[in-house]
Amino acid sequence: MSFGRWWYVLPLRLRSLFRRNAVEQELDDELRYHVERQIEVNLARGMTPSAARTAALSAMGSLEARKDECRDHRGVSLVDHTLRDLRHAIRLLRRSPVFTAVAIASLALGIGANAAFFQLIDHVHLRSLGVRSPQELAEVKVAGVRNFGVSDGFNSEITYPLWEQIRAHQQAFSGVFAWGRFNPLVGRGADARQVSALWASGDFFSVLGVQPARGRLLMSADDHRGCGATSVVVSHAFWQRYFGGRESAVGSPLVVLDQRFTVIGVTPPDFTGLEVGRTFDIVLPVCAAALWGTALDQKHYWWLTVMGRLEPGWDVETASDHVRTLSPALFEATVPSGYSAESTARYREFRLGVWSAARGVSFLREEYGRPLWLLFGMTGLVLLITCGNLATLMLARSRERAAEISVRVALGASRARIVSQLSLESLVVAVIGAVASVPVALAAGRGLVRFLSTSANPVYLELTGDWRVGAFSTAVALCTAVAFGVAPALRLSLTNPQDALRRASRGVAGLDSRSLLRRVLVVGQIAVSVLLVSSALVFARSVWNLANVKMGFQQDGILSIQFLDLLSAKVPPDERALFQQQLADEVRATPGVIAAAPSTHTPLNGASWSQAFRLIDTEGRRSSKFSYVGPDYFTTMEVALVAGRGIRTSDTASSQRVIVVNDAFVRTMLPGQDPLGQTLRTFAEPGYPETTYEIVGVVGDTMYATLRGGTPPIAFVPIAQHPNLRPWANVLARTNGSTAAITTALTQRIATLNPAITVKVGELRGQIRELITGDRLLAWLAGTMSALATALAAVGVYGLVAYLATLRRKEIGIRLSLGSSRGSVIGLMMRESGWLVGLGVAVGLPLAWLAMRGVAALVFGVSSAEAMPALAALLLAVVAGVSAGIPAWRASRLDPVSILRAD
Amino acid sequence: MSRPADLVQGTLDLLLLKILALQPQHGWAISQRLKQVSGDVLQVSDGSLYPSLHKLEQQGWIKAEWKPSENNRKAKFYSLTRLGRRHLEREAADWARLSSAISLVVQLPEA
Repeated sequence: MSFGRWWYVLPLRLRSLFRRNAVEQELDDELRYHVERQIEVNLARGMTPSAARTAALSAMGSLEARKDECRDHRGVSLVDHTLRDLRHAIRLLRRSPVFTAVAIASLALGIGANAAFFQLIDHVHLRSLGVRSPQELAEVKVAGVRNFGVSDGFNSEITYPLWEQIRAHQQAFSGVFAWGRFNPLVGRGADARQVSALWASGDFFSVLGVQPARGRLLMSADDHRGCGATSVVVSHAFWQRYFGGRESAVGSPLVVLDQRFTVIGVTPPDFTGLEVGRTFDIVLPVCAAALWGTALDQKHYWWLTVMGRLEPGWDVETASDHVRTLSPALFEATVPSGYSAESTARYREFRLGVWSAARGVSFLREEYGRPLWLLFGMTGLVLLITCGNLATLMLARSRERAAEISVRVALGASRARIVSQLSLESLVVAVIGAVASVPVALAAGRGLVRFLSTSANPVYLELTGDWRVGAFSTAVALCTAVAFGVAPALRLSLTNPQDALRRASRGVAGLDSRSLLRRVLVVGQIAVSVLLVSSALVFARSVWNLANVKMGFQQDGILSIQFLDLLSAKVPPDERALFQQQLADEVRATPGVIAAAPSTHTPLNGASWSQAFRLIDTEGRRSSKFSYVGPDYFTTMEVALVAGRGIRTSDTASSQRVIVVNDAFVRTMLPGQDPLGQTLRTFAEPGYPETTYEIVGVVGDTMYATLRGGTPPIAFVPIAQHPNLRPWANVLARTNGSTAAITTALTQRIATLNPAITVKVGELRGQIRELITGDRLLAWLAGTMSALATALAAVGVYGLVAYLATLRRKEIGIRLSLGSSRGSVIGLMMRESGWLVGLGVAVGLPLAWLAMRGVAALVFGVSSAEAMPALAALLLAVVAGVSAGIPAWRASRLDPVSILRAD
Repeated sequence: MSRPADLVQGTLDLLLLKILALQPQHGWAISQRLKQVSGDVLQVSDGSLYPSLHKLEQQGWIKAEWKPSENNRKAKFYSLTRLGRRHLEREAADWARLSSAISLVVQLPEA
């Protein structure tokens, strides 16, 4: 219809809908006017009043039929009918509150769980950053595997000198900026707290288009070499938390790592940085890093992320070509010194590339991306099974309504009308379910985020239901309504009215197509359950493996103690080793501590330190993990000494350089040789000059950086012989007292030693446990969902057998009275369900095997993944057997006499 | 079989639009007018008039207004909309083409 016509028509339609009575009254008036005029004419022609009236009316035909014809032209009969059906549907649902409650609750949970995962996936995977034109943002980093120099955690892609080169020479971006992350202490002494901070180059905010909520944000003028401790920007949340949202916060001082900055502004509340899943508290200009070290000049220290806004007309490909062409010059200008010739040659070969950064960067996305999709798929399957059971319930209900429906069909109701009426009922249930699912989704989403959040990797996601989740829930609700409502409705509308009427009156039924639908549902439920249960089994197995990895060291009672802010303690670099030993002695003297040793490496915290070396008298360049530890390290961690000696107090900076290596080192570097007395020479690296070490001992293998990383070759160097100790210290302590008491006592001891030092205590076992948070979540959820699926499948099988038993009551009665044993009746009933379960397993097994291949990358050390589907199938066969057995047994206990007499 | 009253729906619509093009009318007057202009050739029952009028109204060709009628009672007066007038022109032209074509065919001399 053209727009012009709607101009006239729309008001009419709206009026017909909402001013129904007025429109009806007008129709009445109009027709009455006609009849009255006709009567007047007839009277004038000399008819008697009653004849005049009769003639006038008969000329119109049936008045009511005419009115109906007029109504039909209003074009709103569909709406009218729907409203009537809706009222009918709601009335029917209210009449069976239990069914309605069960249906709505299961849908609310099912849709809610799906929406929760959708929401997470949407945040982590799909949506763009909440900044101006995020699709123009792109990241510049080294293409391929870098594996060079020192990296500073997640997304540390560029060194500062390299960033300066990129900024000076690139032409693909209208603006570029660099940013990084660190967790400094804010405040002093006892009030000091660790915050999440961003380094940001001067154009960070202007390129992103972020406007200040208070004050001003960092500008290019704030970021220049030698900027000192000047400006800091705080996040809206931090402003509220730390400054109580006071206006006076802008301009007030903030002490960061013992340096006094001035707060110049507050970022808007909706800006949470460029990393999805993490937020920040404060932003410092990147030049301020020079206050605490030489990061700005280190050409081997990768700690920044470089991003930019593409110039109009440029895309990721053209920009990538551009920076690749620039690369040789950029890397040539930033070659780090102190490396061997091979290393610097490799450095010169690096090429930059450009990747879209519209969605920001995300540790969460890389860590949990695939598990999220997997869980999303699983909840979808469970929802599907739920729909299957609801469809069965709907069928059972509609059986009660079969008589009503056949009467209506017999009276001429169209099939479309019946289907729409029946579907509407399920639609009502689905819509209410969808509405109820919103709080479920929000709660579940927040629960998931809390579960994934660990002390090492706090997850920050602002999950507030928005239109995307709403649209998703609505779409799912509609699909479920189709799945559990429309199919049965179509099925039912095919009912032959005669059959149905007869059946309704006699209470007998053959094996009709309705039980065929139920059979298909049961087969589907079993198949999906096999799939889900095998995934759950394999994930559970994987978590068990991860939780029981042989560490090679004692993790119970081990505390990892970090001493932060040693800078403020002003320890000269050459006394740091001594100072660390002193701190370790303080720890050891604390009541409850059995042994303690400083170490540059805390096992399984993700950090890794490798150094290249060659064995004396060989040319081959090899690489091993290097850890610098104190004399009591092996006794503290209870690492087995295999040969030679451990590290001694007599191993000092001035004595012979020695190392203790582990079994893996001996196996890979010195197979079949006696390692003791062998020497090796490291390759030079910045801060780590070439050094010759003599192997003096061998210890057992231990886990290193990650649980999945196994036991790599490790060389342990006396910490006193560390060439270049950083201004922080880490002490591992074995304890037999309560962590809280030890922490308090230790904090007091350190405070008397030097009040500027902050102590952070963590339990190694807890930290290691947090490593498998994602795996545990996966196993728990997969377990829960497969349990749900199995329960639903069991209900499905039970329902089917019970249904078949009612249908075959008479037959069973006859069989029993003719002398069939009860056992053979049970067998009869079980055979049918046995076939269906078998079919379901046959469909589910190949799917499950496929799935096993898909999840292989997510699981750890499960060698028998192929066997899991078979185990799952067996489990389901048992469950299905029991669920079928109960109604079958009940059928066999029927009294044949009473059955036959009843007919 | 001759059923002159069994009008093609489109024809009745055309007639109604034409009558209303002359002047706004209420239903009763339209029915009188129909009888008058077409004699007894086209018999439109009083009843079928109203669904047709309502249809035309819902299509936006005509619009309705309650006004006092010649006997001083309120009646529903229909009048042509701008769209309706254009529609009538098109339909009338179509009708003229069609009827002249048919009469040409009908008047062909039989060999």
